[in-house]
Amino acid sequence: MELLAVFPPLFGFLIAALFGKQIGDKGAQFVTCAGMIVAALAACSLFFTVILAGHPYTAVLSEWITSGDFNVSWALRIDQLSVVMMCVVNIVSACVHVYSVGYMGHDDHKARFMAYLSLFTFAMLMLVSADNLLQLFFGWEGVGLCSYLLIGFWNHKHSANAAAVKAFVVNRIGDFGLALGTMAAFVVFGSVEFDVMFEQAGAVAENTIEFFGFELHALTLICLLLFMGAMGKSAQLGLHTWLPDAMEGPTPVSALIHAATMVTAGVFLVARMSPVFEYAPDALMVVAVVGASTAFVAATIGMTQFDIKRVIAYSTMSQLGYMFFALGVSAYSAAIFHLMTHAFFKALLFLGAGSVIHAMSNEQDMRKMGGLYKKIPVTYALMWVGSLALAGIPPFAGYFSKDIVLEAAWADHTWFGNFAYWAGIAAAFMTAFYSWRLILMTFHGPPRAHQKVMKHIHESPAVMLAPLFVLATGAVLAGFIFYGGFVGGSHHGAESGHEEVAQEHHEEEGPHQETFVVTKDGVHKKEEAEGHRIAWDKESFWGESLFVKDENDTVDAAHGAPFWVKKMPLLVGLLGIGLGYLAYMFFTGIPVTVVRIFKPIHTLLFNKWFFDELYDRLFVKPAFKIGNVFWVKGDQNTIDRLGPDGIARKTLRTAGMLSRFQSGYVYQYALVMMIAVIGIVSWFVFRGGYG
Amino acid sequence: MVDFPVLSIMTFLPLAGVAIILMIRGSAEDVERNVKHMALYTSLFALAFGLFLYKGFDGASAEFQFVEKVEWFSSPGFTYHMGVDGISVFFVLLSVFLTPICILASWDAIKTRVKEYMIAFLVLESFMVGAFCALDSVLFYVFFEAVLIPMFLIIGVWGGPRRVYSAYKFFLYTLLGSVLMLVALLTLYAQTGTTDIPTLMENPVAVKVQLWLWLAFFASFAVKMPMWPVHTWLPDAHVEAPTAGSVILAGVLLKMGGYGFLRFSLPMLPDASLFFAPLVFWLSVIAIIYTSLVALVQEDMKKLIAYSSVAHMGFVTLGIFTMTAQGVAGGIFQMLSHGLISAALFLCVGVVYDRLHTREIGRYGGLVNNMPRYATLFMIFMLGSVGLPGTSGFVGEFLALLGAFKVDTIVAAFATTGVVLGATYMLLLYRRVIFGPQANNDAAGMLDLNPREIGILVPLALLVLYLGVFPGVVMDRITPSVDKLVGDYQAHINREPLAEEERVEEDVIVEDIIVIPEAAPIEEIKKEEKGKTHD
Repeated sequence: MELLAVFPPLFGFLIAALFGKQIGDKGAQFVTCAGMIVAALAACSLFFTVILAGHPYTAVLSEWITSGDFNVSWALRIDQLSVVMMCVVNIVSACVHVYSVGYMGHDDHKARFMAYLSLFTFAMLMLVSADNLLQLFFGWEGVGLCSYLLIGFWNHKHSANAAAVKAFVVNRIGDFGLALGTMAAFVVFGSVEFDVMFEQAGAVAENTIEFFGFELHALTLICLLLFMGAMGKSAQLGLHTWLPDAMEGPTPVSALIHAATMVTAGVFLVARMSPVFEYAPDALMVVAVVGASTAFVAATIGMTQFDIKRVIAYSTMSQLGYMFFALGVSAYSAAIFHLMTHAFFKALLFLGAGSVIHAMSNEQDMRKMGGLYKKIPVTYALMWVGSLALAGIPPFAGYFSKDIVLEAAWADHTWFGNFAYWAGIAAAFMTAFYSWRLILMTFHGPPRAHQKVMKHIHESPAVMLAPLFVLATGAVLAGFIFYGGFVGGSHHGAESGHEEVAQEHHEEEGPHQETFVVTKDGVHKKEEAEGHRIAWDKESFWGESLFVKDENDTVDAAHGAPFWVKKMPLLVGLLGIGLGYLAYMFFTGIPVTVVRIFKPIHTLLFNKWFFDELYDRLFVKPAFKIGNVFWVKGDQNTIDRLGPDGIARKTLRTAGMLSRFQSGYVYQYALVMMIAVIGIVSWFVFRGGYG
Repeated sequence: MVDFPVLSIMTFLPLAGVAIILMIRGSAEDVERNVKHMALYTSLFALAFGLFLYKGFDGASAEFQFVEKVEWFSSPGFTYHMGVDGISVFFVLLSVFLTPICILASWDAIKTRVKEYMIAFLVLESFMVGAFCALDSVLFYVFFEAVLIPMFLIIGVWGGPRRVYSAYKFFLYTLLGSVLMLVALLTLYAQTGTTDIPTLMENPVAVKVQLWLWLAFFASFAVKMPMWPVHTWLPDAHVEAPTAGSVILAGVLLKMGGYGFLRFSLPMLPDASLFFAPLVFWLSVIAIIYTSLVALVQEDMKKLIAYSSVAHMGFVTLGIFTMTAQGVAGGIFQMLSHGLISAALFLCVGVVYDRLHTREIGRYGGLVNNMPRYATLFMIFMLGSVGLPGTSGFVGEFLALLGAFKVDTIVAAFATTGVVLGATYMLLLYRRVIFGPQANNDAAGMLDLNPREIGILVPLALLVLYLGVFPGVVMDRITPSVDKLVGDYQAHINREPLAEEERVEEDVIVEDIIVIPEAAPIEEIKKEEKGKTHD
């Protein structure tokens, strides 16, 4: 079954890529979509056997690299964590595949596009099902490659090519850390296989390693290096500059790669390595601080952008920040929970935006939209669903996952936990605000597009809307259904209707008892719904795939957080929506005034905190300059001038003679060769004999 | 004891082909056609023997195999001694694999003096195979230096406009190295009284002598590799050489330097190798960063790939001198992989050069539209060069870095920046040539690959991918020899400090370490010792 969940996309890719001409566009679309749907179904069936029945396993496929004591295999690690990821990846990918059939309908290279999408999915599956760091690295680079290919898919566009190269190179900077982290792990653990590493993590917790002349805490070093890789892939502050530019790719790509799956690989990596991170508290602190800062900064930028896809891109970055600070406070299950719900509602938002762009004849600037809600009502409604989920309004999925993430941060009771909580609250407010800014600017107000464009506007075809409905279902229900399983306990809103009762519980009884009682409720609910006799709580759900030290279990502690902590995200979310309405619906003069008053701040935000300009000055331009200096001053003016050219100048006559060499008679060449060989040999023999 | 001298046949078969070619008579056109076919069949025949060699090679053994030993001259210890072990066998295969590809690549590109050109390539093949098979240092030296001659002619006669300058530079550099190496070989003979390589490998000379010998060998091998700062002949040689010349130069000739380190410097001069290892590390790191940055600003496609070759060879020297199982195996694998990838990249340049007669990157653009097959194959090789996992480029690079990390983390960290820079210059090259708008009509009108070109490039692409996913087919066969090399080296190094304590303590320890079998428990012993010192 695990083969069926991982390899159909590879076959889809091979068939579409090698025989695209023979089977035609329709054939390629069919093969790749069918492959994805098979894989998605297989992943769902794994969900039952591995998670509900609790039977994780590892399937070894073949040997990969063996050298001395270094030994890695191709293997599929099918445990709870990887199965959750496989389900998310395959379901979203299947939706995006089907959607692309419609979205790319007018493109000349449909087969190639579908092939890349399938190859990407395969690489992502190899990443999440890796059983060692090196295979993870294979998938990691594979998704990076596909991202590069797909961002630059419209390769006649200069900006698309530039963005593609930028994405790959910035990711490679992160990979620099990941590669070094892998090497350090091998030195410390003697293996890069997860099982071995996890088993020994506790035993080597006190070890140090010499790095750059310093004796450092070994596990902290490993974790920080790995986290550097995660920062690159998941666009965390510092290595994030490629993500907004990546929006040059076709929209289905943005939905699949730059929202739902690839960018979450960093989150997955840290969660996968949780048994090691748990013994590196300093590294966790860094993860939390970087994540929280990213969540905040990205949200501030998101408020000022006008490109509909870029707004969503910054929102993605911000949400990834949430996931990271959840990881940083040891709330791994909460991070993966948010990853899962986010995959659904963000893919929905992106594909919805794609539907808008499709309708608007490829216009992406929100200033040229407006007044669309009557013309494309289905898309409009679906965008509402996605935005409600993103803003964390009950009973949508984002509400459950975002709340548990924030509560866990609060429950950590450390300075960085508190920092993360408040940064997260601020970001939640801004998220709600820019989401409604997006909706109101796009769908409401007077139409600002050209008459011609407005006439063309049409609702997307069924092949594009159907996947949206699947994702919308996920965006509505995923949080509610999976809350108990992913993070245990029960949410005060999980029973939607019984919210008030739950609140009363909070106030009357101790947090412990309350959690217990409602947990049991959750179990009953589950059994009724699915007819399975399973324990629907986080311990049995995750098995041993996530590891949390008992004293770090912030997810359990989060269930007992005070009332105001739990309600704060919802409150600021509603406030953000309200402000959005105020500024972009009722008093449309406000934004202009605010921008005028806070001109410097707006300039900073609008220019994305000048990260690109800074990096260009610091790294890009100097690299080219140094390259030139080395070449001209180093190679030509120093090495060559002192070396061969200097000697050559003195022996110009010899060189002149050499050109007479080209007589064209082979016997002369042969003679020269013979003489040389015999001469050297015989001279050596006679000299050597006495030497 | 030799019932079937495979190695000699492989070495001298191309020369037999040359003899036949010399006998071909007829009209100029006939001669040209016959010569081409004859050269191709000869090289394919050699390749067939290569496959036989691969099949018959016992991968589990670290010993020299297919050994032939004949007294050559009456002077003592001087024999015609051939044989291959896990370290050399794949270089022999690489040589016989790339030669037919070179001949095919020159099929239409070479229009003048075709006969002589083909003869030069066959002679070159003969010498290359000979150099990798020779187990006598005189024999090795003869082949090693003789390789220069046909290569010099290929650049100097069939090269581009500045061919004489380049050929001369190439010759000058390598000659300098070879003179010193000759002196070193003579000294070795004077010290030990033998020229037999296996014997020399087992009997390292005194430490003081080693240092000087090491430097002399280093001069020769470092130029061949080439290492920074003696690398400047390579870009010029590549730029002026005809496509096939670049292919064989990057594919095989550069590897002779690495092979020399493995065959001479490490086993024969272990103490000096240990002493000079930091020097090699830093030269390698400089090579990786320096040449990568230089590659970044090149406008000539061949020059860019030539500089990238220097950077890739930096990983090789880095890996070899870590003297860890991973580093050495990684270095060898990186050489083989680079032999395929750089050869293929030069062939890719040749494909467009044949059509447009320029190597200037700016003259191309948007080739993906009119040459989709070319774009795909070029992509595979580009990714291999970048070291993407799943291609052969990754395995060698990663293992070499892993070996380096074990020995010196600072060096490893600096060297790893090469993966970022490597991605940058290759991706920019690819972007400018393959993607973007089609600015030039002549470039936009170029035809896609013809069947001959596909026939050349596809096997290379398949090998690059196959070795990336299943490197075991090579790894398993080189591991025993590498383990023996590393084991002997570690045993020798570890013996030195113990030699003085020998009399005081029990000599059991010393013997234990010397008699260590090939399988590399040395590292474990080292680890234990490390652990003890920590305690």
